[in-house]
Amino acid sequence: MATATHTKSPGAAGPSFGRLARRPEAGSFLGMIAVFLFFLSVSGQIFVSAPGFASWLNVAAEIGIVALPIGLLMIAGELDLSIGAVIPAASLTAAVVSGYYGLPDIVGIIAALAVGLAVGFVNGLLVIRTGVPSLIITIGMMFAVMGLTLGLSVLLTGSTSTSINPGPVAKTLLGAFIGGMFQVTIFWWIGFALVIGYLLHVSPWGNWIYALGGDKISARNAGIPTEKLTIGLFMLSGLAAAFVGTGQAMVYQSAQVAGGQSFIFNSIMCVVIGGVLLTGGFGSVVGIVLGTVTFAMVNQGIYFTGFDANLGSVIIGALLLVAVLMNDTFRQLALTYSTKKKG
Amino acid sequence: MTHAVLELKNVNKSFGPIDVLHDINLKVNAGEVLCLLGDNGAGKSTLIKTLAGVHKPTTGEIFMDGEQVSFDKPKEAADRGIATVHQFGGTFPLMSIGRSFFVGCEPVKKFGPFKIFDRKTANEVAVKAVRDFGITRIDDGDRLIGGLSGGERQSLAIARAVHFGARVLILDEPTAALGVKQASHVLRIILEARKRGLAVIFITHQVTHAMAVGDHFAVLIRGAVAANFMRGEKSREEITDLMAGGEALADLDSAMEAQSEATGGEPAQSAARATVA
Repeated sequence: MATATHTKSPGAAGPSFGRLARRPEAGSFLGMIAVFLFFLSVSGQIFVSAPGFASWLNVAAEIGIVALPIGLLMIAGELDLSIGAVIPAASLTAAVVSGYYGLPDIVGIIAALAVGLAVGFVNGLLVIRTGVPSLIITIGMMFAVMGLTLGLSVLLTGSTSTSINPGPVAKTLLGAFIGGMFQVTIFWWIGFALVIGYLLHVSPWGNWIYALGGDKISARNAGIPTEKLTIGLFMLSGLAAAFVGTGQAMVYQSAQVAGGQSFIFNSIMCVVIGGVLLTGGFGSVVGIVLGTVTFAMVNQGIYFTGFDANLGSVIIGALLLVAVLMNDTFRQLALTYSTKKKG
Repeated sequence: MTHAVLELKNVNKSFGPIDVLHDINLKVNAGEVLCLLGDNGAGKSTLIKTLAGVHKPTTGEIFMDGEQVSFDKPKEAADRGIATVHQFGGTFPLMSIGRSFFVGCEPVKKFGPFKIFDRKTANEVAVKAVRDFGITRIDDGDRLIGGLSGGERQSLAIARAVHFGARVLILDEPTAALGVKQASHVLRIILEARKRGLAVIFITHQVTHAMAVGDHFAVLIRGAVAANFMRGEKSREEITDLMAGGEALADLDSAMEAQSEATGGEPAQSAARATVA
């Protein structure tokens, strides 16, 4: 017990710099503050007004819902690019089932989510069975799903876009604007963040995800059901992408075959800005959320400034590079911190 | 105390037409360190993998406590108490000590329908387990594995295996990448594991390390046990000779002598020049 009290003392010495540095989101937190202050100083009051907040929160919520499970996958050492095709596929599924065929909204929503889960399941199965890198498999899957969406849409409805007129319940739950500007998606995002935060940081499964990303073979030898876990994570990202697609159908009351491509790189950028290591094994949900907020602020904040909107992409590109460099530094600090302390 | 915990009888392993292990007969008792010596490619890794359930022997039998066993996958060997610790500790550099210690069997608190990873217990148990093995520098379970030294990582991995009830500890070159001081830490931990009654199989090609802790030695050459002897039966030179295939090293010696006589010193340089020409 003497050792237990002894261990407490360095930790109790306060939220030291080392403790902070050990957290994966340390870099992204500083990045978010910097970006916020930058846009505040350049664009002034409008950026912190309610419409200002709404403009980037709405964007952040949609990307955020996809970025969270993508972040889990990346912590587990995998990538999923197929979400870019799952979003329009789910959107169109909901529109065709509930709009074109006129079935109840709930049937359309379930069908759309089932499409996401199915794509995720196939992704996961292919990854564990073939051993081909998930980057390749999910690119292939993206094209396959895109082609199927287009083909089936034309076959069933004779058109590449379908309109849907959601009932009041579906509209309120998935497509409403609160106060006329805040999309209800923001609350879904918070919900997703809580659930995934619980999975990764509180439940024992989180440990499995970190172990899977850290060293797959050791993880399997330690008795972790790595194959089921991999499939589960791909299904989760498919589900989240389908959810966003369904939400879009409800908001815009129509669905097109195209669209959703921007989510692929945007979600990966949010995750990386949030401090997740591209090769897996390191990251946090708070980091992913902060990364998403940072990304959305830059993406939308540019319109509040007098700058050419195209500069937004330049800033995002630079931000990504700075974020990765900063996160590398913090990871190094995290690794060396305690050895120094002990001396 | 002389019953064999693990025994191999006439174990052969071949991959297709290539024979890797020939008629291996080995046994290791509780509280004993068996040093498995051999040059690269002698079949050490294949032998370890066979013991750990990664490969099944093509022919031959494996006994645990006198009872014949057959492992279909590593998990089954692990469940019988065979734990393998690899050169880099088989751990996760970016996970905390507490988390990686319990990977796969996390301590859990129930909170309604939710399972909660019990970080406090995990850290306390992990730190205590390592400290019991004499690594007193580790006192914070939140530290990341990647911040530990190579010796500390090995020690953590060994402590983990012992904590989860390992009876046979297979150490795959645990001292290969370590400095002198770090290596002696690991050797001390091997002795501690032996004192606790574990059967230890220590794979190495550093004869000094083997002689420091070994009770029983087996030298593997081209997939066969070339020598099997107890502590004190052979000198270090004899063992080194055996590992290198005996004649090979003697040949090299005489070749070097011949070279240096011919050129009057600097044999290495002339040899290099000879290959270039």
